[in-house]
Amino acid sequence: MKNVWQTTLVAMLLCASLNPAGAAEPIKVGSFLTVTGPASFLGDPELKTLQMYVEDINAKGGVKGRKLELIHYDTGGNAKDAVNFVKRLIKNDNVDFIIGGTTTGDTLAVIPDVEKEGIPFISLAGAVEIIEPVRKWVFKMPHTDRMAVAKIYEDLRKRGLTKVAIITGDGGFDKSGREQLLKLAPQYGITIVADESYGNKDTDMTAQLTKIRATDAQAIINFGLGQAPAIVTKNIKQLGITLPLYQSHGVASKTFIDLAGEAAEGARLPAAALVVAEQLPDADPQKPVLMAYKNKYEAKYGPVSTFGGHAYDGLMIAVAAIQRAGGTDKTKVRDEIEKTQGFIGTAGVFNMTPQDHMGLTVDAFKLVEIRNGSWKIVQ
Amino acid sequence: MLEQIFQFLVTGVTVGSLYALVGLGFALIYNASDVVNFAQGEFVMLGAMTAIALLGAGLPLPLAALAATLAAILVGLLLERFAIEPAQGASVVTTIIITIGAAIFLRGVALLLWGKDFHALPPFSGDAPIRLGGATVLPQSLWVLGVTVLLVGLVRAFFNRTLLGKALLACSFNRAAAQLVGINVRVMLRLAYGLSAGLGAIAGILIAPITFSSYEAGVMLGLKGFSAAIVGGIGNPMGAVAGGVLLGLLEALGAGLISSGYKDAIAFLFVLLVLFFEPTGLFGHKVAERV
Amino acid sequence: MRLAGFYVFAAVVALLPVLFPTNYFVTVVGASAGLHVILAVGLNLLMGYAGQISLGHAAFFGMGAYASAILTTRFGWYSLLALATGLLVAGTVAWLLARPILRLRGHYLAMATLGFGIIVHVVMVQATRWTGGPDGLAGVPPLNLLGWTVEGDLPWYGVIMAAMLLTVWLSLNLVDSQVGRALRAVHGSEFAAQMMGIDIGRAKTQVFVVSALFAAFAGSLFAHQQAFVSPDSFNLIVSVELVTMVVLGGMASTFGAACGAIALTLLNEWLVVFEDYEMLIHGALLMAVMIFMPQGLFVGLSQGARRLWAMVRPKS
Repeated sequence: MKNVWQTTLVAMLLCASLNPAGAAEPIKVGSFLTVTGPASFLGDPELKTLQMYVEDINAKGGVKGRKLELIHYDTGGNAKDAVNFVKRLIKNDNVDFIIGGTTTGDTLAVIPDVEKEGIPFISLAGAVEIIEPVRKWVFKMPHTDRMAVAKIYEDLRKRGLTKVAIITGDGGFDKSGREQLLKLAPQYGITIVADESYGNKDTDMTAQLTKIRATDAQAIINFGLGQAPAIVTKNIKQLGITLPLYQSHGVASKTFIDLAGEAAEGARLPAAALVVAEQLPDADPQKPVLMAYKNKYEAKYGPVSTFGGHAYDGLMIAVAAIQRAGGTDKTKVRDEIEKTQGFIGTAGVFNMTPQDHMGLTVDAFKLVEIRNGSWKIVQ
Repeated sequence: MLEQIFQFLVTGVTVGSLYALVGLGFALIYNASDVVNFAQGEFVMLGAMTAIALLGAGLPLPLAALAATLAAILVGLLLERFAIEPAQGASVVTTIIITIGAAIFLRGVALLLWGKDFHALPPFSGDAPIRLGGATVLPQSLWVLGVTVLLVGLVRAFFNRTLLGKALLACSFNRAAAQLVGINVRVMLRLAYGLSAGLGAIAGILIAPITFSSYEAGVMLGLKGFSAAIVGGIGNPMGAVAGGVLLGLLEALGAGLISSGYKDAIAFLFVLLVLFFEPTGLFGHKVAERV
Repeated sequence: MRLAGFYVFAAVVALLPVLFPTNYFVTVVGASAGLHVILAVGLNLLMGYAGQISLGHAAFFGMGAYASAILTTRFGWYSLLALATGLLVAGTVAWLLARPILRLRGHYLAMATLGFGIIVHVVMVQATRWTGGPDGLAGVPPLNLLGWTVEGDLPWYGVIMAAMLLTVWLSLNLVDSQVGRALRAVHGSEFAAQMMGIDIGRAKTQVFVVSALFAAFAGSLFAHQQAFVSPDSFNLIVSVELVTMVVLGGMASTFGAACGAIALTLLNEWLVVFEDYEMLIHGALLMAVMIFMPQGLFVGLSQGARRLWAMVRPKS
């Protein structure tokens, strides 16, 4: 009797998998991004990128004959909403995998649900805590803030500068950057002589910078997002401070240069190769990928930022994993994402392992300098 | 050290004048209607964003600024006509929620019109910092300071010297009595919204080169302007200025001398203390309650 | 009979998960709405009955949440003990603050509560060692009710709804008590109330403490339910939203406040699909409701229903 049931069940499953209607069912891509609110300049290009490439993939026939369907919710940068929307994606929309979590706060908030429900999740946020410790279902695309700090400190060492002043905002990105700045300083023989902060919506940072001016700092590092770093940059010039200025990868968009204007000249920052794609040697394997993304994005929306690139990387890695897994079985897709090797994305070359759910190395970052209102690779 | 403190003071006054300028608009509407208009910050944002957009479209700066101010005044009038007036007779709290709704609505409009990016206006007279003793200040900050002084003088004269201004004040003190002596309260209310929208827009245009602007810029500026107006004693234009400068100084000195992370907490702690000892602000009227 | 509305409400709340046990809008959004109802009903005691506005109510919500999160996560406390500590902290702060702050009137009170909210928020962001800073504290252990571990959406719906019904019931009773009558007198005219021999300071302090306790209670539940806390769940925008819920639903009515809380929660959930138009629609709806139903949704809708009934009622 038992055997009869089993055979029937197998037969039914077989039928279901052969059923053409079942095969044409779309692959549901869930997404929650910060499209409005303080981090909207990160989330906005991410969403545009996802929309653009989902359309593109569908126009080319989809994945394994199945179309992609993007379901997106805007968190406005509120972790509470992020948690609810992830539940909605999993339970109400039954998505197959999730790309999202523009900010570290949003990403960390949803991890308990993602782990409990068991769904592949590719985060677009920066902090190293997302993948340390490694969590079964959580992956991440952008470089970590630790790598950004390492890149800056390497350059300081090359220039023989050992005393730095740091100034950071009050957001998650800023605070976790500050933590890494403090943590890595001893390894590079760097002394932090001033540690100032500001509110991300403040309109003037001259008080903090005046304090920095009174120290014996040899360079200033500003870790922040949005318009605040531009104000810091302008205030530095206003106060007549001539120390070398380092910004974080959080300002790697054209908007920063536009806002800070001339004051931004000479500022250095670690950034993904995307902003300097044209300057790469033709032999660089990343170049064609970068140029293709850049041209496609700019034809539709205007200047690229590195943030949209992370969404591209995430979508492509997930799609490749689904192709290798031969379907959207969540466990199989997760395993395949973890096996991603030699994937050339906009952020660098990804080589994931069970111990490393990001797969990028420090070399993926380029150190760039702002010159004549544009980015230049520092050799 | 002395030089540092001087810079903190200069910073405090320049930031404070910015808050004061926004606070003025709050005082104006309050004077006419007893309502705190939570969309005041959005008038500031609309002024800045419209001016930026018009400048981008090729208009010269003075013309763009003028047109942006007029546009904001129009929005203020529309707001009064279609949102405040129909709710006449509603409680003050209900009216406040209407203005909150209006603020969200205006932000939504700005988002659709101009997207999410931050935009800057070029400074009116260059970027070269001016040295004052050991401190430096941007020419644009002097613009803000100068125009604030000018506008405060004008607003004060308007309320104290002109019949129109006095009529406006009368509406706030006692609406029914004002009506009885022949003041058209409805027109007065429109006037107040129009004027304060215009004031807000001017503030926005002046500070956009320093703070940049985006569809959300009104939230923070509105909050600081509201605080300035209240601490000074709401309804008193001079009070709004004093409150703004006080807030700016507290932030700058707090950041410079105590802790930059906690500077907002320091500033607001001080504000709380002020209110505990002066329950109607620094220059507010003491009113007795009617039974 | 006095509590007839309450029993109907409780029945609906109990029936929903039976009919839709896996529906996201019932179990997840419903739980979220339930927390908002607790907050709004508490705030309504202060705003609707005592006539005192608060633009810093999210601070008490946050105190409860952070007390539970910090004590259970960092010190391994038993969750109910942490919840009680959260109530104690919020209640004490409210009690200390009540006398000086409630002397203020109208907009000055709004300013002072707003400042208080900002100060608490700054501490949440800056005291990284304790609070985890702007990224918050993750991994808050589940709530443990005398051996029963609350996990999953449906159990959480149950716990939050039970808590919500308890607070609604408390609020209904409080309003009808002597304290409630004193409060309404304060709302009408403080001076007159004083002349009648009501100790205004005491009445206001009591209601301030009670509404802070409601908020902290919701906060503790919130921390365990989300397993995560971060400062942006307790900022000025949240405080303003809470005030909006109370006024939108209809002040000075417990069911009005509850109605506002549920309406705004559903609205946010529903509007998110409009992407860039979300804000525009949200603002317009808020204005429209307040213009056409200045008494709030609850009164407005029940009047509308009554009028509709009068029209369709068979004439005898």
